[in-house]
Amino acid sequence: MSGLSVFDIAGRAMAAQIVRLNTVASNLANAGSVAGSEASAYRPLKPVFASRYEGGLATVDVERIATGTAAPERRHDPAHPLADANGDVWAANVDVNQEIVEMTETARQYANNIEVMATAKTLILDTLRLGR
Amino acid sequence: MTATDPLFGIHARALELRQQRLGLLASNIANAATPGFKARDIDFRAAMASSQENGAAESTKYRVPVQSSLDGNSVELSVEQAQFAENAVQYRTTLAFLNGRVAGIMAALKGGE
Repeated sequence: MSGLSVFDIAGRAMAAQIVRLNTVASNLANAGSVAGSEASAYRPLKPVFASRYEGGLATVDVERIATGTAAPERRHDPAHPLADANGDVWAANVDVNQEIVEMTETARQYANNIEVMATAKTLILDTLRLGR
Repeated sequence: MTATDPLFGIHARALELRQQRLGLLASNIANAATPGFKARDIDFRAAMASSQENGAAESTKYRVPVQSSLDGNSVELSVEQAQFAENAVQYRTTLAFLNGRVAGIMAALKGGE
């Protein structure tokens, strides 16, 4: 019997997918946000997944949450209350379409892991009833 | 457990292998979005043929993807889902064989009462 059970594998994968969903939510929430300087502008977050091997089986963990390197968009808007001396503001560089795709994929993979867990559960319960 | 269990025959070993394959396929599905992850599967025939204790580990092979992806991940969800469903059905089949065996032995023990 190895250290990881099917429930560990699927459970940790679901936790990782939830982190991914949280970053998508965070990115989408800040999609239109504007900041007064380039440094303080919002940059999209991306989780970095890594496999964890134990006894021949593998589950997944979030290694870290990386910050996107895409530079914020500079927009000339002197009337904006956050505008700097040059009349510029910086808008978060979030690709909304990409985030929506990411969200759909996350939901799909989360559901897959639930399905794995449900199947494993019924199989184990059937095994418990063996011979009865 | 050897391949020739006096009570359950090959089915005990088959159930064990099905269980290991379940974990392996669950690993693949869990790592569907992990860059660089290589999907693996058990060569069931080879694992059954080898009567050794640890036959499954030696019969684990990497999956050849239909279409490889740029991030080096070789998990194809549709393939994994199909294999997972197939394995679940085969697990149930093996359980049914075992149940039948137990029922037969019980009937023999009770002398057909």
